[in-house]
Amino acid sequence: MALTDIIGPVMIGPSSSHTAGAARLGRLALACWGGDPLESVEIFLRGSFAHTSYGHGTDRALIAGLLDMAPDDIRLRDALLIARERKFNYRFDAEEIDGAHPNSARFVFTGKDGRTLEVIGASIGGGAVELQQVDGFNVSVSGELPSLITFHQDTHGVVAAVTRLFADMKINIATLSLYRKSRGGKASLVIELDLQSPPHRSVREAIEKAHPSIERVLPLYNEGGNVS
Amino acid sequence: MRSLAEVIALSLNQNCSFCQAALSKEGLETGLSIEHIREGMKERLIDMEKSVSDALSQKWNGKIVKSDFGKMNDYSQSQQSLSSEYILRASEIALAVATYNAAMGRIVAAPTAGSCGILPGLIFAYKELFRPEEDALVDALIVAGSVGEVVASRATLAGAEGGCQAECGAAVAMGAAALVALRGGTSEAIGHSVALTFKSILGLVCDPVGGLVESPCIKRNGLLVSLAVLGADMALAGMESIIPADEVIDAMAQVGRAIPESLRETAQGGLAITPTARRLVAEIFHERW
Repeated sequence: MALTDIIGPVMIGPSSSHTAGAARLGRLALACWGGDPLESVEIFLRGSFAHTSYGHGTDRALIAGLLDMAPDDIRLRDALLIARERKFNYRFDAEEIDGAHPNSARFVFTGKDGRTLEVIGASIGGGAVELQQVDGFNVSVSGELPSLITFHQDTHGVVAAVTRLFADMKINIATLSLYRKSRGGKASLVIELDLQSPPHRSVREAIEKAHPSIERVLPLYNEGGNVS
Repeated sequence: MRSLAEVIALSLNQNCSFCQAALSKEGLETGLSIEHIREGMKERLIDMEKSVSDALSQKWNGKIVKSDFGKMNDYSQSQQSLSSEYILRASEIALAVATYNAAMGRIVAAPTAGSCGILPGLIFAYKELFRPEEDALVDALIVAGSVGEVVASRATLAGAEGGCQAECGAAVAMGAAALVALRGGTSEAIGHSVALTFKSILGLVCDPVGGLVESPCIKRNGLLVSLAVLGADMALAGMESIIPADEVIDAMAQVGRAIPESLRETAQGGLAITPTARRLVAEIFHERW
């Protein structure tokens, strides 16, 4: 932990886990969705998020994040109003899921073109968050470093192709996790990068072309797309 | 940083201040330059000062606690108070910032949102009354942060894990250390101020009414500044803790684990289940949406 983590984060109150963490989680979920025009987002609150969201402004914080506001953005307080002004369609619901993290939420995005994306994440304390599932893939990523998630077919050479690309670009990989649903089935690679700021769009595009079995690559950072 | 003893030892060996020793350790551990670390803390100090001026600028209300920190000022202006002018002003600022947090204001978690009034109260009341150099305030914040880092690594800063002693308790220890540094106390005195204050707050439970960061949190912020001030004075007077700071922090961790879950931020025990708390919770959650 660094000194600025102890004296910090700078945030909108009242709770680091229920307000700041919720805003960060909403923003991370939005980054997964990317910049495509959005029809609606459904947010299913789990555990203490469902029970205490009113008192801690968790609902406003999640929407603020989905509107791409940072946890210290003073507009967070008025996020529900701003969402209405921008005609940002959202709906809250609660769900009881056995074994779910006590402070977590499931987001279901639906695009104007009918594409959907499901993201599950948790606020794990002190404002830190963890992305736990993307479209059915169990992952574990904090979003503190710029990260990418690939979706590909489980086959030889994908990891090598991706890591070679980063080696050529002289970008250090901080962490690398590989998941698959079954042998030869759908697989996913989560890559955290040692970068101070998000990489250029061309990096994601290069990864998408790095191997024929890579279907798509999600950037877990804002690429500057328009969400509302 | 894993222990205060190693920071104190480094400052004695290098014949430098606690702050400089902590900075060189932080630099080694994070790979960041000392200038970069100082710059980061300077920004935090600016954000913290802004939270103080925003908090004092108008009345902010939480869901349970209404803005009444102005009473402290009215009182200190109208009669001879028992506490010093400094303690009263620190308390007023701590109350204001903690209320502002409850009203969804923009604050610096120091170390947490629930304890966000204590350090700003101590630091900015000090700035008003004693007019130190700006750099001395940055140094003080670095000292406070280093103490927090040791608490985070040996114990916890989360009320859900260690009770309020881990949040407000840590803020008090951090604040006492910052005050000793501001007064030019030795590194050993900084260590003793941490030990002395923490020992007096061991076992404090986290029992917020309705799970909200309001009652008792806000007034706890306003009261506990006094412990930091007296702890700093004691250490500056040369009083020493029998148990060294690192061991006190370890004891805090052990006590935290022994606190039942009902008293660790679950709102299922203590003040949170008193008849008045139950009534307030029924009223507040009745008006939702």
